[in-house]
Amino acid sequence: MSNTARVSRWVGGILSILIVFVIFIVPFIFILLTASKTKVEAADRLFTLPSDWRLIDNLVEVIGRGNYLLPRAFLNSLILTVTSVILITLTAAMVGYVLQRRRSRWNRVVTFLVLAGLVIPPAVVPTIWLLQGLNLFKTMPGLILVTVAYGLPFSVLLFSAFMSSIPRDLDEAAIIDGAGPFRLFFRVIFPLLRPVTLTVVVVQSVFIYNNFNNALYFLPGDANATVQLTLYTYQSQSQTAFNLLFMSVLLIMIPPLIAYIVFNRQIVGGMTAGGVKG
Amino acid sequence: MTSAYPFSFYLPAAVIYGVFFLVPTITSFYFSLTRWTLFDVQFIGIDNFQQFFREPALVKGFTNTFIYAFVTCGAKVILGLLLGAVLSSQIIARGFLRSAIFFPVLVSSIGVGITWKALMDPFDGLLNQALAVIGLHGPGWLTDPSIALLSVAVVDIWQGVGLATLIFIAGITSIPQEVYEAAAVDGANTWQKFRKVIVPLVRPATTTVLILSLIGGLKSFDLIWTMTKGGPGFTSDVVASVIYKQYQAGFFGLSTAGNVVLFVVVVALVVPLQTWLNRGNSEG
Repeated sequence: MSNTARVSRWVGGILSILIVFVIFIVPFIFILLTASKTKVEAADRLFTLPSDWRLIDNLVEVIGRGNYLLPRAFLNSLILTVTSVILITLTAAMVGYVLQRRRSRWNRVVTFLVLAGLVIPPAVVPTIWLLQGLNLFKTMPGLILVTVAYGLPFSVLLFSAFMSSIPRDLDEAAIIDGAGPFRLFFRVIFPLLRPVTLTVVVVQSVFIYNNFNNALYFLPGDANATVQLTLYTYQSQSQTAFNLLFMSVLLIMIPPLIAYIVFNRQIVGGMTAGGVKG
Repeated sequence: MTSAYPFSFYLPAAVIYGVFFLVPTITSFYFSLTRWTLFDVQFIGIDNFQQFFREPALVKGFTNTFIYAFVTCGAKVILGLLLGAVLSSQIIARGFLRSAIFFPVLVSSIGVGITWKALMDPFDGLLNQALAVIGLHGPGWLTDPSIALLSVAVVDIWQGVGLATLIFIAGITSIPQEVYEAAAVDGANTWQKFRKVIVPLVRPATTTVLILSLIGGLKSFDLIWTMTKGGPGFTSDVVASVIYKQYQAGFFGLSTAGNVVLFVVVVALVVPLQTWLNRGNSEG
């Protein structure tokens, strides 16, 4: 590489780092700074260093606030995310398995329903009406079932795409050994789906954890609020303490941040596969 | 003999999807034609739709949906493609740059909305403070009716461009090295390589980004709701926020009519576009 090329590469690189830093990192620094301020200082919403670092005090205060509202919301979000993800993974893997292996007139129907689910905006009030009829409105199981329904299409797509990479010879060997469909799927195929299962689990966890609309519509009220709903309610109160609000924002960002660090490859792979099939 | 691939494996997913997604979707067409309150349902024909296209507040939400979707979608395609090209070149700190641009994708819209609402504060917000340093008087990003919707759109782009960028990076990386080498032999400069090699050959990625962000933009709700609640007035309302407002006000039929309108808009835009883009892909 020539000298000028090397210089321009470094200048261009440093310039890009600066621009990206200002546009994409500074807002997160603002969150951290505001979360570290006193209530009075944070109320100014200025981008300044705190004159008095109160990060730990604010953390303690936000956790205890409203009779441990935030920890309870985290627990609810955890229950919602874990249960929904387990149900989505199992049911979507079963669909993807049969869809990819068996040619039948149902293939077109299933494919159509999957694409419809990816495109069509859910009908909100009729869903509430239905949940009320089933006595599931404003309950965690109701929210979980709706969340599973919304998460299925994308997951089915990923599973059926991955199924095609598993050789049919394995199925035939297992069938000759006398395995029924359940043993074939759960003992032979499902373990081999591990990479895509991990992708589905990670990506759906982030989606569900971050989702706000569903809880807003189907689980209103304080008792079972998820973290996103709690955060939203907190910011719309008139007497909001900005230091505590941004401490909440900071805490709520931590699980996706950890997921991103640990499962970088799955997240990037899964989300960019959003268009596995055009 | 039972098949090794029994249809019964469809059943659990089919029941959940059928009950909690299909039934509401199908019944929404009926409910959109009713005056529907907590207490009773009364068939009123297309009154809700007439109201939807007569009341200025609702019409505004309808047109805003297109503006918002087109602006965010267009910007994500263009910026994502440019960033994708830059970040697949031999630039320093590539990993850091990619992660920094992508991370907002993983933060909830509520968190992003709260943060940018503070940054866009007309007086104390960082944005206008920074503009003041260079002698400019920044606008009321979220309080000025003429720009509130676009301000939220900018934040939407900020949050979502990382995903577009990564999809483009995946597309650019899959272009065979020989093509670049051939272009280099022909003496193509950087711009020519971008214009004549990258842009035509990442078309599948462009299709993906376009469709995903168009659907996302049309359905958009939580960021708008967190930042402006559709205000000031109803100037930054979109169909999705109208649906919520009408539901809150107890007009369930009108709210569901909004849902049907959104359904029609999304399908009418996305299905032809998808077909057209895919045909282009298979030809190219």
